[in-house]
Amino acid sequence: MSWRIRTAALAVLGSVLLGISLSSAAFDIESMPNPEMQKRYDALVHELRCMQCQNQSIADSPVGLAEDLRRDVREQIIAGKTDAEIRESMVARYGNVILFRPPFKPSTAWVWIAPFLLLLVGVLVAVRIVRQRASMVAGDESVVETDEPAR
Amino acid sequence: MSRFLIPAAIFLALAGVLYVGVVHSPNKSTMQSALLGKTVPDFSLPVLDNPGMNLTNTQLAGRPWVLNVWGTWCAACRDEHPVLLDIAKQNVLPLVGLDWKDEDDAALEWLKQLGNPYSVVVADRDGRTAINFGVYGAPETFFIDADGRVQYRHVGAMTAEVWQREFLSRLPRGGLP
Repeated sequence: MSWRIRTAALAVLGSVLLGISLSSAAFDIESMPNPEMQKRYDALVHELRCMQCQNQSIADSPVGLAEDLRRDVREQIIAGKTDAEIRESMVARYGNVILFRPPFKPSTAWVWIAPFLLLLVGVLVAVRIVRQRASMVAGDESVVETDEPAR
Repeated sequence: MSRFLIPAAIFLALAGVLYVGVVHSPNKSTMQSALLGKTVPDFSLPVLDNPGMNLTNTQLAGRPWVLNVWGTWCAACRDEHPVLLDIAKQNVLPLVGLDWKDEDDAALEWLKQLGNPYSVVVADRDGRTAINFGVYGAPETFFIDADGRVQYRHVGAMTAEVWQREFLSRLPRGGLP
């Protein structure tokens, strides 16, 4: 019985996710003159933040400003600007905030390093716990078999 | 006791990091302009009530001026309009209006009904100039010095206090040349 419920739940979840992914693709309608430019355009509009609705990229946002910024990206690509130049021109007008991926600079280094430090801490803690348990099993099996503290 | 020491330390460190993050997170209403200290972007835009004529940034050089970004579709612009009218009465700084992505007729009607605080209004119909100014929502108001550099940007409705504190205070002492 429970597998049926689980399958039904998965089906509902799947259709919801599909709906979300379809709706998020709806605004990105600009087409570029050739596939190579299209690829760069698609990548760039997904890494620039919509400044009016800060947790969406300009590719995912229907607001007018995002539309204007997509037009700006499109025009700069056609004008022969490199991806780096386009990013730079966006930062010059809107600041670093507009990039979803912050640049690696002394002031932003911790943003990049902190997750790896935390991962390292997590691994060390996990190793310690595993070793402790292993030594408990090796030392005295009764400790594992009963939860009662020794008196 | 000591087995709680390390988790507690980690918890406190995380709480500290998150606290700093929340306190310093970019506030939408106070985000600094990326243009501060830089020269205004070049523009040449049609004058709203005289579309045959264009206004350029070089024509405004030589004395400080204020750029106010607005539109008839913007509710907060209606809120700040009486303040702009008061500012215009002081007659100390020219107010240049940037009518952002708007219908010319609607904008002219707005100025006729509510009064016109601007020395001149230019029509940025497709929003290209606003992008170059790093505008992300109306109203926004910029203080531009005599050398054509952006000195301050206020996001949101103008108030008498902001005008006094951030705009009038940036005027050179002894008034204008």
